[in-house]
Amino acid sequence: MFAYIIRRIFAAAALLLVVSAVTFAIFFLLPRFAGETADQLAAQYIGKNPSPEAIAAVKKNLGFEQPLYTQYWHFLKGLVSGAEYKFGPEPATCHVPCFGYSFKNHLEVWPEMTSRIPVTISLAIGAAVLWLVSGITTGVISALKPRSVFDRLSMGVALAGVSLPVFFTGALLLTVFSYEWPILDNLHYVDFTEDPLMWARNLILPWISLAFLYSALYARLTRAGMLETMSEDYIRTARAKGLVERKVVVKHGLRSALTPIVTIFGMDLGLLLGGALITEQVFSLNGVGQFAVQAINDNDLPKVLGVTLLAAFFIVVCNLVVDLLYALVDPRVRLS
Amino acid sequence: MTDLQKTPADSAPAPLGDPFLSVRDLRIHFDTDDGLVRSVDGVSFDLHKGRTLGIVGESGSGKSVTSLGIMGLHRSKRARISGEILLDGEDLIAAGPDRVRQLRGRELAMIFQDPLTAMHPYYTVGAQIIEAYRVHHPKATKKEARARAVEMLDRVGIPQPDRRLDDYPHQFSGGMRQRAMIAMALVNDPSLLIADEPTTALDVTVQAQILDLIRDLQEEFGSAVIIITHDLGVVAELADDILVMYGGKCVERGPAASLFDAPEHPYTWGLLGSMPRLDRELQERLVPVKGTPPSLINVPSGCAFHPRCPYAALTGGRSTSEVPVLTEAAPGHHAACHLAADERHRIFTEEIAPRL
Repeated sequence: MFAYIIRRIFAAAALLLVVSAVTFAIFFLLPRFAGETADQLAAQYIGKNPSPEAIAAVKKNLGFEQPLYTQYWHFLKGLVSGAEYKFGPEPATCHVPCFGYSFKNHLEVWPEMTSRIPVTISLAIGAAVLWLVSGITTGVISALKPRSVFDRLSMGVALAGVSLPVFFTGALLLTVFSYEWPILDNLHYVDFTEDPLMWARNLILPWISLAFLYSALYARLTRAGMLETMSEDYIRTARAKGLVERKVVVKHGLRSALTPIVTIFGMDLGLLLGGALITEQVFSLNGVGQFAVQAINDNDLPKVLGVTLLAAFFIVVCNLVVDLLYALVDPRVRLS
Repeated sequence: MTDLQKTPADSAPAPLGDPFLSVRDLRIHFDTDDGLVRSVDGVSFDLHKGRTLGIVGESGSGKSVTSLGIMGLHRSKRARISGEILLDGEDLIAAGPDRVRQLRGRELAMIFQDPLTAMHPYYTVGAQIIEAYRVHHPKATKKEARARAVEMLDRVGIPQPDRRLDDYPHQFSGGMRQRAMIAMALVNDPSLLIADEPTTALDVTVQAQILDLIRDLQEEFGSAVIIITHDLGVVAELADDILVMYGGKCVERGPAASLFDAPEHPYTWGLLGSMPRLDRELQERLVPVKGTPPSLINVPSGCAFHPRCPYAALTGGRSTSEVPVLTEAAPGHHAACHLAADERHRIFTEEIAPRL
């Protein structure tokens, strides 16, 4: 088991390195293939109508004249030891870990990006708890009473949930609860450590609209998984032992049915932590997703690069956790 | 089927007074979209403690449905069960599901066909045996339950039982898994053990070991055993009595020796003819029973076997119009066939016996 964990961690680290290299290549190599000169490339890193001096400075600082692998090496070095940029009158320091420096508004990418993470984590975790509880419960009950009124009703709602995008449900919730009957108006992010109650109050609508989409998906997945496991031979064995039905369902049925859900949950959570773009946009939450949207709108490449790597990091880490959980849940994984 | 209402035990060489398990006119039908499936249609038999009954038949003849019915494991709302299943005098069909659940695992235990799928892949073998013990011994401590599980694994011949207890089913070989299943079934000393095709999924070399084990354990625990199989070789090894099922009905029932030496029903002849035997001269080839098993929705009129029976023409049309009843052909030996007894015996001695 220990060897398995070490192996998976190394694999995850290697994967992150590959992701960073590919992302880096896309940002710095692709424009060259498209015929952009180093000057044009550097110009993108500054605002409109850049001066030739500024272009030269960016070119020098980012090493556009050097081969790509040297640039990548400098990038990696910046991650572990920081970097210095001589731009304008004063040298700009980019602290460890240096994910890049936005020459457009003279800000380091990392601190600006990380300041957004609590918002995104709050949004993702809260919604995840909500959709796991509601989705799995609905799925199990539906599977135990297939074709019942509850089953048909909940699966109908689930179908609607999968089909309705967040920008619809979110806007609907806002209209109803913030404008029509202003029970939850003046929504803005309050940090959990400041006021947990306000934190939850202001996030409940985004949680619900995000969770609605996912819980619909999870209810359907759980229902299908449960229907399948409950017809397995080992469920019959569990009943033949004389176990009460509740134990048969939870201990023997649900345990198996949940394993594939764990996998999908890891991916979904990883994706959300990289920024729930639409939800953050609809509810004006200043999370990683908003950061990414702004960066793309401003064509601020260091920020885009940084947020891409952050999202990749979350996905890789979540998948690592899923793999480890999987080994914990399914003993057959440990040996192979 | 009225004949079945009478207790056959009064004519059989009854060993021990009242039977432990007495099944009376058991019918298990399933309501499906295609129609009513008569999986079991009026089956009766008795079983005493310490005795083994073999239920033989093709796939779809109703053997497994019968056994699951005795265990009370037909949960579908579409299952319609009638008749009587008397376990030590208590009717399991009339008893509530919770009462049957309490008996399940304690008085009634079952071994299934495929020991890999019948064990939960996520729990250790030990945990599953301990669970089976603790359901019916809620006061037992974990330590006691574990000691009991080790004892059972040891009893079914698993080496180093205290270590193997913590292994998962996939770390066991097929034969070992079936041994563990047997240990799990016997952990509460059940009075009735149902083995549903216990050796079908196993290597031939392991089959004999498992059958030996079942026989030894039965002698030790004195329980009643039902062996369900399509393999006459298996019942020849183990069973005291044999019940042959066809199309959800019992077509022949009798003591094993009598059934093997003087089978009465043409279907049983067919089964015997299709079984490879080492104790006879080498045949040219095995003779299969022609045709396919009957549909349980549109059961053939009259005798369900008549479309496949080579002697159906000799009954003067009764086989297509009249359902044959079980009648006693020899002491304790019943068969449901329209052929006259003399005619049957003549056909068997002249045509069938030389081929077997």
